[in-house]
Amino acid sequence: MRLIERVGRWFDARVQLANTAKGVLSHPVPRQTASWFYVFGSAALIVFVLQIVTGILLALIYVPSAGEAWGTLHNLNQHVSAGWFIRALHGWGSNFMVAIVLIHMVQVFLFGAYKYPRELTWIAGVLLLLLTLGMAFTGQVLRFDQDAYWGLGIGASISSRVPFIGHAVVDLLLGGPIIAGATLSRFFAFHVFVVPGLLIAFVALHLLLVIKVGINEWPMPGRIVRRETYVAKYHELLKRDGIPYFPAAIWEDVIFAGVVLLSIAACAVVLGPFGPGGQPDPTIIQTAPKPDFFFWWLYTVLSYLPPAAETPFLLIAPAVGIAFLIALPFFAGEGEKSWKRRPIAVLVVLLVAVGWGALTSLGAHTPWSPAMDAWSGEPVPAKYLEGRTALERHGALVLQLKQCRNCHALGETGGKRGPPLDEVAVRLTQDQLIRQVVQGGGNMPAYGKNLSPAETTALVAFLETLHPAGQAPAWNASQRATLP
Amino acid sequence: MSSTERPTRRGIFITIGAILNAAATLAIGIPVLRYLFSPKIRERRPGYDSWVPLGPVSSFPTGETRFATFRNPVESPSDGETAKVSCWVRNIDGRQFQIFAINCAHLGCPVRWFPQSNLFMCPCHGGAYYADGSRASGPPERGLFEYRYKVEGDTLFIEAGEMPTPGGALATLSVRRSSCA
Repeated sequence: MRLIERVGRWFDARVQLANTAKGVLSHPVPRQTASWFYVFGSAALIVFVLQIVTGILLALIYVPSAGEAWGTLHNLNQHVSAGWFIRALHGWGSNFMVAIVLIHMVQVFLFGAYKYPRELTWIAGVLLLLLTLGMAFTGQVLRFDQDAYWGLGIGASISSRVPFIGHAVVDLLLGGPIIAGATLSRFFAFHVFVVPGLLIAFVALHLLLVIKVGINEWPMPGRIVRRETYVAKYHELLKRDGIPYFPAAIWEDVIFAGVVLLSIAACAVVLGPFGPGGQPDPTIIQTAPKPDFFFWWLYTVLSYLPPAAETPFLLIAPAVGIAFLIALPFFAGEGEKSWKRRPIAVLVVLLVAVGWGALTSLGAHTPWSPAMDAWSGEPVPAKYLEGRTALERHGALVLQLKQCRNCHALGETGGKRGPPLDEVAVRLTQDQLIRQVVQGGGNMPAYGKNLSPAETTALVAFLETLHPAGQAPAWNASQRATLP
Repeated sequence: MSSTERPTRRGIFITIGAILNAAATLAIGIPVLRYLFSPKIRERRPGYDSWVPLGPVSSFPTGETRFATFRNPVESPSDGETAKVSCWVRNIDGRQFQIFAINCAHLGCPVRWFPQSNLFMCPCHGGAYYADGSRASGPPERGLFEYRYKVEGDTLFIEAGEMPTPGGALATLSVRRSSCA
């Protein structure tokens, strides 16, 4: 023990950092900030450290080559001792990091911590959020499987829509004319050098500002922030009711960090690593690419936006959103901090949360994607065939063979792109059915060229039988009046 | 330092040092920029595209649409299987062809051909196209991308080399509109 102390003193006589470190660690903080609401920033930092450590461990084995990456991931999963566990830690760590950074942001927003004089702390935080999402996307690419390959295609297609320079942006993004070796290499460089370097720099700035400007005090309704008086009042609060961060206020951070790390480890052990999915062979097209959880909302938005609104949305909405976040402390830098007196702020958070949740849950089910195998894998339920004529049964066969089921469900199975057909005869008359099949419309392709008149007749005859027992099918009133 | 003062020895050396560093910045910076932008400015005129054989015409029966693959004409040693590219070949009447890119015109997912219903369907966001590549439904704003083709001897060639994207070179090629849609 004495030896350790002596070595420590020897080093500090030269680097002379011990006093600074002590001062930083025990800087005074308002007593009420020793709270469970103030643990998310330090937790994000701890998870970031975990990501750096597990990332370096993965880089010992992983080969960032388009021809070999997928194989080295399988090697990690199956042949390297605890390789699957390190991959799982890194994958779950990524999910936890995005989640904690978002929670941290919501807490900071609701507690008014972005207001004067912490504008720069907030802006650094916004950039840290963007960098974290950048890590999540580039990391998904390094898990070089089918989803990564086609996800890059989506990224390239989005980038190509930038006016004038879109084509050049795609070339630079992919590192060449197609998604291939150079693409993975540059995403590796981004994920391992560029973005983490920026993250470390902005984390340092963020922390420096937390120490220099001080942690946000607990917001009290009625305690108004004014540029002229705030700093003096804050220092007065520190003098009156301040406690040293270490050892008085750090214990919640330490406990929460431990809980988070254990949760990540538990997820890693129980749920295992993410993929890799199918091999990234562009000639294997039997695949339904899907992004990772945190981008499902975007997947939904891209499916539901009207085609004409898509490009403006993709190019303008992110810029507006980021500009709004960065500008926030400048147009709302004073006034009430407490969320109890900021109903619009609370509503905005609720609206964003509900919107994000709804889009994400839709992204989980992807009702807009055709079920590509439903036509051959999901038979027509037997109850819809019982007691039908030969013509109607032939219509059921046409329904299967023409892939109608890829978009239309029958008996809960099949695609959800179009409406389910179980009760279609109640909604559409015979004429309307024929028109819809032949001409399409309302997001349905026209089948006029692909069905013979006999097939159309059979198909519509079958569709007309699809109504609940005891409920009459739709009928054309004018036809009945003129053709008794 | 005001203009009337005599330049000091120290000031002159600082100026010389600044000039040297500016020269070094240019000497190193310009090649660095060239390196960074190499995917765009490398020695290629007019582009990445070149004629690639898809196989004998006889392997694409008249009136049918068949899956075909080729290796991208621009390859690097680390590409592995990602150097492979897929496409759909439609033989209209034995003499006329349409060669569609595999990438959906919406966001690039791989479209699949269903000969039974004569439709291309995209698994991602539900885009659908008719047999001639024109848009049938869903989010795509246009029809499928088409490659230029030629038949030499018995071999079908396409002009390929670059992933087709809505802002890319292939996007400007016209796509036949379906007469019944």
